[in-house]
Amino acid sequence: MKPKRNWLELIVESLIRATGYSAILFVALILIFLLREGLPALAEVKLGDLFSARWYPIEEHFGLLPLIGGSLIVTLGAALIAVPFGLATAIFIAEIAPRWAREVLKPLVEILGGLPSVVLGFLGMVALAPFLRTTLNTPTGLTAFTGSLLLAGMALPTLVSVAEDALDAVPKGYRDAALALGATKWQTIWRVTVPAARSGVLTAIMLGIGRAIGETMTVMMVTGNAARLPVTLNSFFLPVRTMTATIAAEMGEVANGSVHYHVLFTIGIVLFLISFIVNLAASAVVFQQRKRAERLLS
Amino acid sequence: MFPPYTTVHPASAETHLYDRLRRFIGLLAVLFFLAACAAPSGPATPEQITTVENKGSDTMVNLALAWAEAYGAEHPDVRLSVTGGGSGTGLAALINNTADIANASRAIKAEERASAEANGIDPTEFIVARDAIAIIVNPHNPVNQLTLPQLAAIYSGQITNWREVGGENRPIVLLSRETNSGTHVYFLENVLRLGKTDDKTLFSPDTLLMPSSEGISAEVRQNPNAIGYDGLGYVTADMKTIAVAKDANSRYVLPTIATVNDQTYPIARDLYLYTRGEPTGAIRDYLDWVLGPEAQKIVARLGFVPVR
Repeated sequence: MKPKRNWLELIVESLIRATGYSAILFVALILIFLLREGLPALAEVKLGDLFSARWYPIEEHFGLLPLIGGSLIVTLGAALIAVPFGLATAIFIAEIAPRWAREVLKPLVEILGGLPSVVLGFLGMVALAPFLRTTLNTPTGLTAFTGSLLLAGMALPTLVSVAEDALDAVPKGYRDAALALGATKWQTIWRVTVPAARSGVLTAIMLGIGRAIGETMTVMMVTGNAARLPVTLNSFFLPVRTMTATIAAEMGEVANGSVHYHVLFTIGIVLFLISFIVNLAASAVVFQQRKRAERLLS
Repeated sequence: MFPPYTTVHPASAETHLYDRLRRFIGLLAVLFFLAACAAPSGPATPEQITTVENKGSDTMVNLALAWAEAYGAEHPDVRLSVTGGGSGTGLAALINNTADIANASRAIKAEERASAEANGIDPTEFIVARDAIAIIVNPHNPVNQLTLPQLAAIYSGQITNWREVGGENRPIVLLSRETNSGTHVYFLENVLRLGKTDDKTLFSPDTLLMPSSEGISAEVRQNPNAIGYDGLGYVTADMKTIAVAKDANSRYVLPTIATVNDQTYPIARDLYLYTRGEPTGAIRDYLDWVLGPEAQKIVARLGFVPVR
């Protein structure tokens, strides 16, 4: 009996190992594919052209700056809106709300996360954009801000759900100890529970931002897709064109292997790099904290 | 005879269409192979089926496909095969005897006609539909008419306030289709550049590129600052159509089926079919049908202007 069990375990073990490594393999394959399709653009288009301010691919204007700027401004706006609201919601659900409210709120927030982005985009286009145009008195309602608002709405469920789990995982003893020392409820939350759950909360923020920067359909429908360079402060209330929307709008009609096709993949590389940097920064922060915590404990 | 504006498809559009065409042909080859494998002893009636090769303009490819589908349903003995590739590609195929009908969104050029005649072919022209671009604004916008140079200045970003063209003191929000739309290219060449081929004017970077016709109409309906353009067939009653004049001395004309057909509306073009010489047999029957009421109803349904 015994050798047979070992044999079975070996299979299960290697299967699990294979699935684990496959994630690395897939990321590597995606990167290789992106590089193979995107790098030729660097040879075909002069570097100065890639960093010009004009994107008009059918006349060979391949300036990526407006697109990068567009993605950054929309994502930054979404993060500024989603992080405070998301954290507050997560803290409320995990720490303050009574049990029954918690049991209603969390599934509701998660259902919000299941809304298809086209539906949100359509709502944004026919309802939110006209409303913002009249209230903010902007030339058009299709602006970076509209995109940020909707993206914040899409990032919130992920952010709230993950952050709430992290807060929930903080041992009850921490809170009891803080309260026993005479801390108020607010002091307990802000000085003990949230710092103890910091790595989970940070992961929640990163996942939320990741959702926002990669979102395509909604931004394509509500940001107006004007490839203008967002350099002034009021750009937030003017149309922008994001990298994801550009790829989505143009990839379908582009000739395989043309300069335009390669440049679209270069945009993909830029997107990949940005999310890579965001993840790297997040794990660096989490890592550092863990080290500090270990030092304190030893 | 010839329309006031002709279009030359840019080389990039030609190549990407060529590529798409190649993929399409590849797919067809696979399908034929599968069909040949699956049904080696099926009912064999190839001698009764006439195949008509129909090739050319990308603008017209949906129209040609819709025609082919409707015609094929009535005439199972005729097989129409429709491919895109651009007007130039279609006419070249006609001249090289690889297509029976060429679809073109511009009239045949003199040099194309010359090379056809050198090949002993006399291309016969049929105007089968017209394509008009309507300029649309919000119904609350007091501006009723614009000239082509004014439109060019608006879309290239030189005029940015409605006040400058006789409207209210409001910023102009420019709406356009995405760059991969045939309408976008036509508008660029014939309105922004006023048909001058050496002109390198581009759309203002502030132009909102909408992924769909619906995106343009939704914005025009609710935003009094907006100006947009689209095929005449896509205009609904809740938007205002602008009357357009060729220049300040010309008459302002609203796009209607009548003004497009008598060629007084300036942003319109004819859509053509070309055959080798006077068509006979199956091709003659097909062309008669195309100019008949049923095919012209399809023209209207796809957003083009019927010729009769």
